[in-house]
Amino acid sequence: MIKQPKAVALVSGGLDSMLAVKVIQEQGIHVEGINFFTGFCVEGHTHAIRKKDSAKPKRNNALWVAEQLGMKLHIVDVIEEYKDVLLNPKHGYGANLNPCLDCKKFMVHKAVEWIEKNGFDFIITGEVMGQRPMSQRKDTMPIVAQESGADDLLLRPLCAKLLPETKPEREGWVKRENLYNFSGRSRKPQMALAEKFGFDDYAQPAGGCCFLTDASYSAKLTDLWRARGDRNYEMDDVMLLKVGRHIRPRDNFKLIIGREEGENNFLSGYKKRFINMHITSHRGPLLLVDGRPDHPDLELAAQILARYSQGRDESEVSVEVTDLEGNVTNMVVKPMPADSILKKWHV
Amino acid sequence: MARMTTHNLDARNLLCPMPVIKAQDAVAKLSSGDVLEVTCTDPGAAHDIPAWCRVHGHSVKEIKQGSNELVVIIEVGETDG
Ligand code: SF4
Repeated sequence: MIKQPKAVALVSGGLDSMLAVKVIQEQGIHVEGINFFTGFCVEGHTHAIRKKDSAKPKRNNALWVAEQLGMKLHIVDVIEEYKDVLLNPKHGYGANLNPCLDCKKFMVHKAVEWIEKNGFDFIITGEVMGQRPMSQRKDTMPIVAQESGADDLLLRPLCAKLLPETKPEREGWVKRENLYNFSGRSRKPQMALAEKFGFDDYAQPAGGCCFLTDASYSAKLTDLWRARGDRNYEMDDVMLLKVGRHIRPRDNFKLIIGREEGENNFLSGYKKRFINMHITSHRGPLLLVDGRPDHPDLELAAQILARYSQGRDESEVSVEVTDLEGNVTNMVVKPMPADSILKKWHV
Repeated sequence: MARMTTHNLDARNLLCPMPVIKAQDAVAKLSSGDVLEVTCTDPGAAHDIPAWCRVHGHSVKEIKQGSNELVVIIEVGETDG
């Protein structure tokens, strides 16, 4: 008896991986999905944090895709291992801090380990040739296959016809003629295929699958590393960079100020680990101080915080400051005029 | 028939998808019929954990919604063995 071949698909939650899975399922292959959580994924988080987004239905797109396709999805925490990918990418960064080529290589390599452990036969991704400037070029796609150790076990159904034959094709598990030759940045062929499969309501991420492709996020991360003189990071750092207004008036400290209630609630979970401030005389946001401020620095922080409170036009507002030992002190400050909060302070 | 057991998982202060990942790892160690009660603070978990259960064939028996946290009660379905 011939056993049914099994494939694992790298699933981001976008349309391309959804199509790739469907194309392979149609050929009678058992497919399960795998989704790697690096900490920088666009999924979830900020939607959960920001109140204004909470009217939109929250969903994890990778799980949603899995459900549409009737396949299992395994979500894998790779936060720790991913640090080396981000900090030391052999092939460098893309337009921002996105190490796409090394990232793809890493994920495919993890998938190789996974198929070995779980007795699967090959790996598929939704990559389209030429779609992304770094990792999906004719010259870089083979690098991912080679350096990940996947070699000819890596099949990209949406552009397989433009690439050398892989083992699943050679063995007759999948028919090459039923695969595709999509290339370039146009989304038209994918949309047409989506329509053929009857997919709608799928997610269309703009830049990439993670925050590292975002210029403003990358600037905040660069600033954090520079200020600390060390590029290591923890999950909390990664999260906090997604939340609030970040203002660095001096090299030795940075302020994180909630922009609305959802963010204030989220930031309040970090109160024990940062010097924090809030306004007692008026309504206003919560502020966390990251770094090593001295007393005049804290006064400056309080003046800035007051600017973002309802007391911004008053001559003085009261601020409560809690230090790292939990000691509470009070300050009365004059809100800083808007034009004194320099543009270059905004990270 | 194996004895069914109830287990607790504390996924408080974790943001999605971490509660799902923790639940997934905990379920992997359980047998069919066992119950896992996952306590979460991220409201997204009320959506994501049931979605994860549906694709893996586990059932959500109840979601208890508290003011600051929620408990998702999962009954483990057929496991892959
Ligand atoms: S966008 Fe982010 S997750 Fe996607 S390949 Fe690039 S670095 Fe990796």
